[in-house]
Amino acid sequence: MPAAPPAPGASSTEAVIEAPEVRLIGIGKRFPGVIANHDVEVTIRPATVHALIGENGAGKSTLMKILYGVQKPDDGTIEVGGTERSFRTPTDAIGVGIGMVFQHFMLADNLTALENAVLGAEKLHGIGDKARAEFESISERYGFGLRPDVLVEKLGVADRQRLEILKVLFRGAKVLILDEPTAVLVPQEVDALFANLRDLRAHGHSILFISHKLDEVLAIADDITVMRRGTTVGSAVPGEVTKQELAEMMVGSELPSPETSESTVTDVVQLSLSGVTLTDDAGRDLLSDISFDIHRGEILGIAGVEGNGQAELVETVMGMRRLTSGRILLGEEDVTDWDTRRLRESGVGYIPEDRHRHGLLLDSPLWENRILGHQTRPPSVKGPWINRSGARKDTRRIVDEYDVRTPGIDTVARALSGGNQQKLIIGREMSGDPVLLIASHPTRGVDVGAQAAIWSHIKRARHDGLAVLLISADLDELIGLSDRIEVILRGRMVGTFDPAGVTPKDLGAAMTGGGEA
Amino acid sequence: MSTTQVDKSAPSERARKIGGMYRTYWLVMLVAVVALSLVRIATGADDITAANTLRAAILSACPILLAGMGGLWSERAGIVNIGLEGQMLLGTWGAAYFTYNYGPWVGLLGAAAMGALGGLLHGLATITFGVDHIVSGVAINIIGLGATTFLAEAFFSDYQYGGPRQLTGLDGLPFVTVPGLSDGLKSLNDQGWFVISDLAGLLAALTTKVSVVTILIAVIVVLTAWILWHTSFGLRLRSCGENPAAAESLGVNVYRYKYVAVLVSGGLAGLGGAFLALVAASGFTTNQSNGRGYIGLAAMIFGNWNPFGTLGASLLFGYTDALRLRSPSAVHALLLVVAIGLLAYAAWRFYQGARTSAIVLGLIGAAFLVWFLTTDTVPREFTGMTPYVVTLLVLALASQRLRPPAADGQVYRKGSAG
Amino acid sequence: MNSLKRVGFALLAPVIAVLIAVLATSVVIAASGSDSSAGDFWSVILSKPDNRLLVNILNQTTMIYLAAVAAAIGFRMGLFNIGVEGQYLLASYTAATFAGAALLPGALNIMATLVIAMAVGAIWAGIAGILRTTRGVSEVISTIMLNSIALILVGYLLDRYGLHGGNQVRTKDLPESSQLAGWLPFERPDGPIWTLGLLAVAVGVGFWVLLNKTRFGFDLRATGLSQTAAVASGIKVDRMVLISMLLSGAVAGLIWMPAYFGSAHTYGTTFQAGLGFTGIAVALLGRNQPVGMVFGAVLFAFLSTQSNTLTFQTDISPSIVQITQGVAVLAVVIAYELVRRYRIRLEQRTVARARTAPVQEVTA
Repeated sequence: MPAAPPAPGASSTEAVIEAPEVRLIGIGKRFPGVIANHDVEVTIRPATVHALIGENGAGKSTLMKILYGVQKPDDGTIEVGGTERSFRTPTDAIGVGIGMVFQHFMLADNLTALENAVLGAEKLHGIGDKARAEFESISERYGFGLRPDVLVEKLGVADRQRLEILKVLFRGAKVLILDEPTAVLVPQEVDALFANLRDLRAHGHSILFISHKLDEVLAIADDITVMRRGTTVGSAVPGEVTKQELAEMMVGSELPSPETSESTVTDVVQLSLSGVTLTDDAGRDLLSDISFDIHRGEILGIAGVEGNGQAELVETVMGMRRLTSGRILLGEEDVTDWDTRRLRESGVGYIPEDRHRHGLLLDSPLWENRILGHQTRPPSVKGPWINRSGARKDTRRIVDEYDVRTPGIDTVARALSGGNQQKLIIGREMSGDPVLLIASHPTRGVDVGAQAAIWSHIKRARHDGLAVLLISADLDELIGLSDRIEVILRGRMVGTFDPAGVTPKDLGAAMTGGGEA
Repeated sequence: MSTTQVDKSAPSERARKIGGMYRTYWLVMLVAVVALSLVRIATGADDITAANTLRAAILSACPILLAGMGGLWSERAGIVNIGLEGQMLLGTWGAAYFTYNYGPWVGLLGAAAMGALGGLLHGLATITFGVDHIVSGVAINIIGLGATTFLAEAFFSDYQYGGPRQLTGLDGLPFVTVPGLSDGLKSLNDQGWFVISDLAGLLAALTTKVSVVTILIAVIVVLTAWILWHTSFGLRLRSCGENPAAAESLGVNVYRYKYVAVLVSGGLAGLGGAFLALVAASGFTTNQSNGRGYIGLAAMIFGNWNPFGTLGASLLFGYTDALRLRSPSAVHALLLVVAIGLLAYAAWRFYQGARTSAIVLGLIGAAFLVWFLTTDTVPREFTGMTPYVVTLLVLALASQRLRPPAADGQVYRKGSAG
Repeated sequence: MNSLKRVGFALLAPVIAVLIAVLATSVVIAASGSDSSAGDFWSVILSKPDNRLLVNILNQTTMIYLAAVAAAIGFRMGLFNIGVEGQYLLASYTAATFAGAALLPGALNIMATLVIAMAVGAIWAGIAGILRTTRGVSEVISTIMLNSIALILVGYLLDRYGLHGGNQVRTKDLPESSQLAGWLPFERPDGPIWTLGLLAVAVGVGFWVLLNKTRFGFDLRATGLSQTAAVASGIKVDRMVLISMLLSGAVAGLIWMPAYFGSAHTYGTTFQAGLGFTGIAVALLGRNQPVGMVFGAVLFAFLSTQSNTLTFQTDISPSIVQITQGVAVLAVVIAYELVRRYRIRLEQRTVARARTAPVQEVTA
């Protein structure tokens, strides 16, 4: 890469820029029927990493959308550098030096890295050579190693995140908001990210780091603010607080953690994969020679960085993809060529990763959602006809048994909270005597109460003799629930672990190919 | 041609690719001219490269091209606009009404304004109210046809040379002929020399009696390419079609860019209507666009959402249309061109190792050859199908090479960022 | 109470849309500087139709309704069959050619012709279905292209094989034994209600049962609501796409049959084009619901038929009702969208009240 000449507008960046202090005072935000934030107080000191922690649903996301101008607060004020500000749009926030890195990357795949960085900030350096020089100089200064003319669709996850940070810096942001930046990274990439963040802090930037992973927070933060139920419930300084204390502040009571009771594993094999290989149109292997057995009463956990074949594995077992070679047995039966419906009819329950896209008809009432995936089985149907009363009755049963909080079964699924939607799905998938449950990220995006309930339902399934295939990005959940953990990397199984003796760090190493078990 | 920067210092990989693309364009054109020339000499169908035919082809291509550019603008911002047909119709009425009352230049503006009005309606429905783009487009086509029919009856019945369904005797717009060059090239075209006469025919068509509107359209194509790919405005507009949530998170006012895009889209379609009423024909008639809005959409898809691709596709469609009208017998000679083209492409694919598609293409090519050898004429109607059949074939055979904007046709609601 | 509210919400959008359409039409009339006022217009349109027009309205309703169902079958599963127009055009021509050839006697000829009409419509729609399932081609584009191809193809075939008389071309006349005039409710000059209008009733009832009472209907609706969820639930989407395109095309093939056997008896200038697009509009107006589309079809048939009397009593062009119809369609889809958003907000509020935990992050 040619040494970039210092861009005229960026000459001051060699000196340490002092980020202003940011204060959020008494912030409140209400949505129809929901109080997302109230009485939130946060002070971010200059040139520090400030962690904002809280469980899913604690109101963190709403708060930072307010700070970044995506949403307007109903109450309270925002001060930047001692001046009160009100943001109507992100542009206003960008204007006073606040930038945001979203958890779900905000990048256009079909545009180049440079175009993505320049977008919205064309006035600063134009869109031509000056912008390119600035891009390269930032990339070099912080060791991002990004090339400007690469199409974003060609970038990996870590590079995309660096591009997101570069985008923010390109705009001259002094305060960076990072929303759960480590959720998509493996432990080793997290270390690299933290190195970048420390570098940024040394250059005078302030960072608001949002997370619910306490180890990471303790490793990187200078200050910690804890949120619970929409408000800030306390603050702490790393070194003066333990992980357990933070956890209790977050949850408000004992931290629930999944813990398996004594083993219920039988020696009857319920699901058996041998040599399963899946090839895409271009001839690349998405899954290579995967073999494992799951016994009745056993939970097999699959650990892996997202995008290493977990989704493909689930879809293959569910009959949504045709494997290129290999064999799948369900009990005694060869189900390799079965389609999804036939598999479901023979007792395969499926909790999909993305419940909005794969698990529910969002605009249909709950009782119609009860039928989904059970279109061929009673009580939903009688022959080729829909059994309306049967379906409705069974939906009421699920709502009661699985504690789905809803005004009634005619409510549309979209109106329910994530946790209640998920409880409905689990109730549905546990209907009709299943023998195998495939659970993909079952507690993603649900609140703490529902999380504990979902864990207990999965444990009950195991107790009832189901075989469970559990895929999760939450290593604690995997370790807590599974009887055995397999690690998947680039479509291959690269190691088997006993959850009793494994740490997240070990798994992380295996997930990135850093070590074999 | 999906990129961007002016990068003179270090030609990037992408810049080289683009250079290669332009070379391919020229190569394709040269091959086409040579093939046409060969066929002309072999069959004696002089019309296929006669200056008059080519001039007619350009006239036929212009409204299609404008509709295609209209489609390009809105789809690049993520809005599918099948209301182009209705917007074009509004343009034909606007052109007639304003030309009659205020002269042809105001007529052009009036046509664009009427088309833009249709675009505004589409924008209101799809952007502000989040209605499905196809649904809104269908409704706009109904309204467009109804409105022009009604307004024509309401206004034109009392006009001189007017009637409930037409308005003729409108002032025309000037034509430009390059003196000297035009006549020389035409006589060269008449010589019947291999390739030289054919190229002369092409150049003669470009220098003889060219409407100022045609020149305007050429400028519009170049401007579109420049604005969308070389300005920050264009970058923002395209980002709305690729990932509107990302654009909004960076402070881009997505709604505004989408509105601009759909207004320009409707305006260009309206201008296409003006071309029909003022240049291609001698006046307004009801339902004058007669499906050209859809052909424009097809040209845009065939042209892979790219201005110069759309230009090429429009010229191809215009050429078949012109040949159909002027010289049905020459269409028969065209079968030979198609056969040769397909067989050559099949050989190229075979050389590249794509056996199956090579065989399929080869068989189709052979079928065209047999058709050519066993018949003397082609039913006029079949030529009219060309744009539709070609588009279906392109979609069916090469859809994986097409690259529509990633968020094309998706309803976007403000505040979806984050 | 709950079901009452439901009905209220269902009616809200169409009522708003009709009001907007009435308003827009009145404004256009006023702006066009016509001698007759918007008041004159509405008094003519809303006057009681005479017997001949009543019969006409009913007959038009049946054909428009068939077209609407054809479009709705696709819409309900998220398929945009814009090609109803081309499908019924080609089917009508083929059917008329076959029936005119009189290869079979009387009623048998009618039966066979209906089957052929459905088959041709299904095949033409099936092309789009196959292109979509095997090559991923958007059915919107392919059906638009197929519409134009059908138009040109029929023009060619009619010109080549039809009977030329004067400057008109038509297919051979339907033999008298196969004609189905229908039932005369009034005097002979007022015309009959076509027998095959019953097809619309049968298709409407069939569509309702299929959609609401059968597994297939559930699969169809589920695919329309969320293709991804449908796949995960075991529905084979490609198969559904193909089947519903075929069904849609088959119904499209029937659209013109009541008129053909009832009064036209030949395909030529008697053919009524444009019903395909009218059907799409009515499907949207009636929210693709079997019952809703009945009202939409009646409304459209009423407006078009009544508008013909405008010429005698006002100086307003009958084509004004096309604006009314178009605006109604656009307004109704906007109104449905707004009502839908409002309903979700309302339901979320109800759910939030029912929950014990007051503080939750909203899920989009």
